[in-house]
Amino acid sequence: MLFDALLLQLGYNATLVAIGATLLGVSAGITGTFLFLRKRALVSDAVSHATLPGVGIAFLVMVALGGDGRNLAGLLLGSAISAGIGLWCLNWLTRNTRLAEDAAIGAVLSVFFGFGIVILTVIQTLGVGRQAGLEGFLLGSTAGMLWNDALVIAGGGAAALLLIVLMRRPMTMVAFDPEYAAARGISVSRIDMAMMGLVMAVTVVGLKIVGLILIVALLIIPAVTARFWTERSDLVVLLAGVAGGVAAYVGAALSASAPNLPTGPIIVLVSFALFALSLLFAPNRGVLAAVLRHIRFQRQVHLRQGLLAVAQEQLIYEPLTLRLLRRHGLLRADGVPTEKGRARAAKALRDEHRWALVRSDQSHEAAAAMYDGLRDIETVLTADQIREIDNLIGGPKEVSA
Amino acid sequence: MSGSEFVPLSLTPLLIGVFAAVACALPGNFLLLRRQALIGDAISHVVLPGIVVAFLLTGVIAAGPMMFGAAGAAVVAVVLIELIRRLGRIEPGAAMGVVFTTMFAGGVLLLEQTDTSSVHLDVEHALYGNLESLIWLDATGWASLVDPVALSYLPPELSRMALTLLGVLVFVTLFWRPLKISTFDEGFARTLGIRTNMLGLALVITAAIAAVAAFDAVGSIIVIAMFICPPAAARMMSNRLEGQVGWSVVFAVVSAVLGYVLAGYGPLWLGASDAVSAAGMIATVSGVLLAVAARFGPCRLRSGAPAGV
Amino acid sequence: MTLELARDNGMPTATNGTAALEQSPFAIRGLTVSYGEKPAVFSVDMTVEAGKMTAIIGPNGAGKSTLLKAALGVVPPVSGRVQVFGKPLDTQRARIAYVPQRASVDWDFPTRVIDVVIMGLYRELGLLGRITGRHKAAARDCLERVGMADFADRQIGQLSGGQQQRVFLARALAQGADLYLLDEPFAGVDAATEKAIIAVLKQLRAEGKTVVVVHHDLATVTDYFDNVFLINTRKVAEGPVSEAFTADTLQAAYGGRLATAQVDQLGVAPVMGGVY
Repeated sequence: MLFDALLLQLGYNATLVAIGATLLGVSAGITGTFLFLRKRALVSDAVSHATLPGVGIAFLVMVALGGDGRNLAGLLLGSAISAGIGLWCLNWLTRNTRLAEDAAIGAVLSVFFGFGIVILTVIQTLGVGRQAGLEGFLLGSTAGMLWNDALVIAGGGAAALLLIVLMRRPMTMVAFDPEYAAARGISVSRIDMAMMGLVMAVTVVGLKIVGLILIVALLIIPAVTARFWTERSDLVVLLAGVAGGVAAYVGAALSASAPNLPTGPIIVLVSFALFALSLLFAPNRGVLAAVLRHIRFQRQVHLRQGLLAVAQEQLIYEPLTLRLLRRHGLLRADGVPTEKGRARAAKALRDEHRWALVRSDQSHEAAAAMYDGLRDIETVLTADQIREIDNLIGGPKEVSA
Repeated sequence: MSGSEFVPLSLTPLLIGVFAAVACALPGNFLLLRRQALIGDAISHVVLPGIVVAFLLTGVIAAGPMMFGAAGAAVVAVVLIELIRRLGRIEPGAAMGVVFTTMFAGGVLLLEQTDTSSVHLDVEHALYGNLESLIWLDATGWASLVDPVALSYLPPELSRMALTLLGVLVFVTLFWRPLKISTFDEGFARTLGIRTNMLGLALVITAAIAAVAAFDAVGSIIVIAMFICPPAAARMMSNRLEGQVGWSVVFAVVSAVLGYVLAGYGPLWLGASDAVSAAGMIATVSGVLLAVAARFGPCRLRSGAPAGV
Repeated sequence: MTLELARDNGMPTATNGTAALEQSPFAIRGLTVSYGEKPAVFSVDMTVEAGKMTAIIGPNGAGKSTLLKAALGVVPPVSGRVQVFGKPLDTQRARIAYVPQRASVDWDFPTRVIDVVIMGLYRELGLLGRITGRHKAAARDCLERVGMADFADRQIGQLSGGQQQRVFLARALAQGADLYLLDEPFAGVDAATEKAIIAVLKQLRAEGKTVVVVHHDLATVTDYFDNVFLINTRKVAEGPVSEAFTADTLQAAYGGRLATAQVDQLGVAPVMGGVY
């Protein structure tokens, strides 16, 4: 069953939903990266929650005009309009009051959502059209989706992706270096607006699949995931698109393969699984790599400080330093340095003398900038240069080893 | 309106609404100033998985285990956010977004996988609660307020919310000074010997407890709205922390009362027959108050340069 | 106080003699702090002399502020220990007053000038102690000393940069400490403020207090301070200005970043060993 689903063998609707979800996942991943890099990830939370009153009002308007109120395109139009108003409120609050953006996000999010709930209960009390499954917009619902609705979603996802492809250059520039972009004559505010427009488009298209509470996950998680794997901007964008697409496709297929597996939550959980793997195991920024690096670094620091103390015949108090010196066979159990320990300590002290000279000599400025207390002098200077410095110091006789 | 109608039907929901609003607004002030306003948002999202897990573990829908589960989920979320932020070097907003959406998705999935049809546990209830149903049927009028028999039938949510509010009040009063100092200048606070990390965690846990208790009674919309809107509106009214907190309490109370009244009687005035969601209306009113304060408040403009400039 | 020159005997160490440790108001041993995997401060020893004004100087990014912050536990160190008046830091908090960089806080915080100064009385007031007229008078006194008495009831966001710095100093005065640690108090302030601050610091010294200042303006070092501590990731020199603040040590700390002409203007001892 799962296999069938992954191979799109579960009927037209499920296939169309999976394709739509994948397009949406890619668009959301890429759009979200721009937001993430602008440090405005949670703006999308405000935008998505702000769609709710629009859905309700669009329903009421369509009913009042004699329609059945459930036309998906109409509902999505309504949601886009109210998301736009929410976004405007958010920008107005941050620009014209002392509120920081996070507070403005929270205010817009909760008030619009609360107002949306009020309208949903109004619809309930009017008794028209059994609520028309509007609650499905909260958490998404692809079960029993109409062919037309699936088409709207697939088309919307494709359109969003097309827009991204068209605008990728200026958006990338603004996201990574707004000042440079402005200097190049790109209107940062206009690109920001376009970016928000894309967020709105992705949100609106995603409403029916993942629902307004979880659409944020599609915008945020893939971008964060991709960031772990590379420092290159264009690759982050690309990887986020891939992560978003994969999560959405696998999630949609999984959810179609068995009952009681709601599409939205499954997509989010698949996306999170990718994130968790990246957080733990990514080569450079991953937690495992960082922990190993930090342990190694801390040992280096303690060992070096310990050697210098030995060289200058000073007492060592730090337990970790003592333990490390002993483990490396540099210190005997009774605290007396071994032969090897003396040699290493003498070398450490000598290197410090060399560094001191390098750092006070203007001609070695580039090398001096590399000093951080740990770097071996051999890695920045040639053997000849070191010999030259040793001549200045006057040989190893200063070292009391 | 006569007491015989007001006391049984409206007094308790109104009081619960007011207590919940104030209990959330008080810690909200500090969260707002610490740029952690959205912690309230995150907490209210993760309450759902918390209560679902509690239900799965205990098999019963009871206030105790559910509040425990929700509080546990809030703590887990806060710890996860901190972990992801630090370990992954990710900005707090994005870390928050990752955690609360995932936990919420997990909650929905668990709910769908579990047979909860026999019990009253659903996403809608978690979102907007049911303030209107917390009535005091044994009351007959104002006299019931001194009638021990009738009082013993007060909805349990009332005493729970009152107790929570008391707890929040005690925390904020007791730690007012270190909270204020560490919110303004964390580095300085540390040199005074204030354990700023512990204090920050305590603040978030207090907020979580308020959120969980309020959520139990009134749903999560009110929780998010009350964490942010009254303190944000109050920010525009005063240049002193004491004044801001005072105004936020006023705004919270006004939102709760006006929201409840408008939700219950507004539709009747407009000729409709049924009430609308009180939780939604309270959030809406708080938004209107914020809009008015943002437009006309005496202290609405920022005065100092932002941090780091 | 002996002159310690890095090139002679001031090598970074994890430890040092204990005698100086016991007497100094502020002694650091083997302090290493890193952001990520690059040490910002490496194995630094510092022994502040009691009753003197000491400047911590060094090029940008040399770890001046980091040294102070890590020693006070504001940022966590990788290794090292700190003693204040010969005892562990945590037992001596009441005797330390710290003035952070002005830009480290949000000046839009809803509070008044006098309230900020009263924050300095925290250890005296405790959690619930009532603020009485006596406390307010003490706070006003401190504001008077920095020339800010007229601003007591202002919202802090309405102050200029120099005024903000003076309020921070007033808060430190309110702490009634014996050791004052200031992080870049003269950065970006007006001349009047600089004068006011240095007058207060000299007065503190006259009262027998110890003052340590992270400082960036080499031109004023000889005028303002008794001792200097030169740092560039690790200690370069420490001692009286006349001995430790020389063209030689400056060259060692600043490397090529300090032009010879600048060194000339500082009026310090000429470079030894002939860099010309």
